[in-house]
Amino acid sequence: MSTTQYLFAGFGGQGILFSGKFLAYKGLMDGANVSWLPSYGPEMRGGTASCSVIVSDTPVGSPIVSRPDVLIAMNLPSLDKYEDAVVSGGTIYVDSTLIERKVKRTDVKAIYIPATKLASDNGTPTLANMIIMGKVLSEEGQFENEEGIMAALKKVISAKRADMLDVNMNVMRLGHEYAE
Amino acid sequence: MAEKVLMKGNEAIAEAAILAGCRHYFGYPITPQTEVAAYMAKRMPKIGGTFLQAESEIAAINMVYGVSATGKRVMTSSSSPGISLKGEGLSYLAGADLPALVVNVQRGGPGLGGIQPSQSDYFQATKGGAHGDFHMIVLAPASVQEMAELTVKGFDLADKYRMTAMILADGTMGQMMEPVSLDFAEGEKVEKPWATNGTKMARPHNVVNSLFLKPEQLEKTNFERFERYETIKQNEVMYEEYMMEDAEICVVAFGIASRVSKNAINEARAKGIKVGLIRPITLWPFPEKAIAAAAEKVKKFISVELSMGQMIEDVRLAVNGKAPVTLCNRTGGMIPEPEQVLAAITEAAK
Repeated sequence: MSTTQYLFAGFGGQGILFSGKFLAYKGLMDGANVSWLPSYGPEMRGGTASCSVIVSDTPVGSPIVSRPDVLIAMNLPSLDKYEDAVVSGGTIYVDSTLIERKVKRTDVKAIYIPATKLASDNGTPTLANMIIMGKVLSEEGQFENEEGIMAALKKVISAKRADMLDVNMNVMRLGHEYAE
Repeated sequence: MAEKVLMKGNEAIAEAAILAGCRHYFGYPITPQTEVAAYMAKRMPKIGGTFLQAESEIAAINMVYGVSATGKRVMTSSSSPGISLKGEGLSYLAGADLPALVVNVQRGGPGLGGIQPSQSDYFQATKGGAHGDFHMIVLAPASVQEMAELTVKGFDLADKYRMTAMILADGTMGQMMEPVSLDFAEGEKVEKPWATNGTKMARPHNVVNSLFLKPEQLEKTNFERFERYETIKQNEVMYEEYMMEDAEICVVAFGIASRVSKNAINEARAKGIKVGLIRPITLWPFPEKAIAAAAEKVKKFISVELSMGQMIEDVRLAVNGKAPVTLCNRTGGMIPEPEQVLAAITEAAK
């Protein structure tokens, strides 16, 4: 039985919900059971936004992720709030442009990537979320199938914005190729 | 089978309603159900339907009354405080024996409350919803797929029995996305000879009305309505049993609470505790016979709810003193974690 519980967290506007939706679609297209649950409170409007994604080979029970296997932290308040919730042996992805401190836990894997700076240097300052996503897919060995990634991108980017498909794919490659 | 798509529960309700032949939607925005209205606003004009954002919830439910009287499928949706505002209209629909689909994506209360998920409108939904002798059929989805399926089912039941069917969801069900297959045919077609859709000079006038000043006559309408309710209780009860075959402890939970409970039950089973779940899908009619049958063999019941304990009263009525029934709950927009439910199961197993 394999179930991975992801928690995406950051500021409203960083694309937290979007990258979560992408990952859920990726799971769906890979034949997994998936759920996606956003925070929908007032925190969406400028505070911390978060989104729970579960990818599992068994039916998803509760869609609420309170003990994530994988935390994607895109700002300091999110890391402060959720670091302790991550399961032992889990993984924390840190946008090291926006979060200066290190992960305190020693029983989890911490992966630092200056996603916001990489996105900015690339001329795509709003796509730090997808740079981290590229890193996540890379670490999980999912980058070997780029066609699968593109297929999932097509589900979350409307045909009207088709020009954004390659842009997103390219920034994910930046995340994939980034080495600490 | 159609390709599965990721949809929010609220969107699945809206699309399923359209597939069920609903072309008239009246509503008013309120978190966490606003996506139903937003989806209808986009889709209805493209398919020759009506989307109207009313001036208030009360206006919206009365527009529902008007369209329903003409025999067309019609719906409205709201969240807890908005449903309270619709109360008068719900009672009038019942009094006039009009079918309608009403969606309540619940949030914490009472009062204006909060916007986080809740199940604390259980009493309101299952015991009538407003003044007078009446019931609504109450359907409690526990997945986005069921949000869609029960919407179609709700329209069918509403037409069949000439009454309101309510989808009683919560903020989680409305906001979450899951894969959904919208691969079902348009709902059943029910003849509506009572509809006020023009006599064409070929039949006497139909009258749709909930005012009966002669008590003998009003009593008769109530007797007739409750005879129909008995038929519904016999034929339309829906529930799911999970790991109940050898269960010594029975969790009763619906909607999001049932999903949290399944996590806890799986963990408890791994520890050797014989526990199962009865998940009511219809909250009215309540699966009282299934729970009464379980009470013959189960030692303890736990009602898991996002309220101060409302469904527990129906569980206790069905159990009828044969076993203790305890409550495991959070309220006000909080959701019990699987650990809390597991602790309640472990305690019951002692």
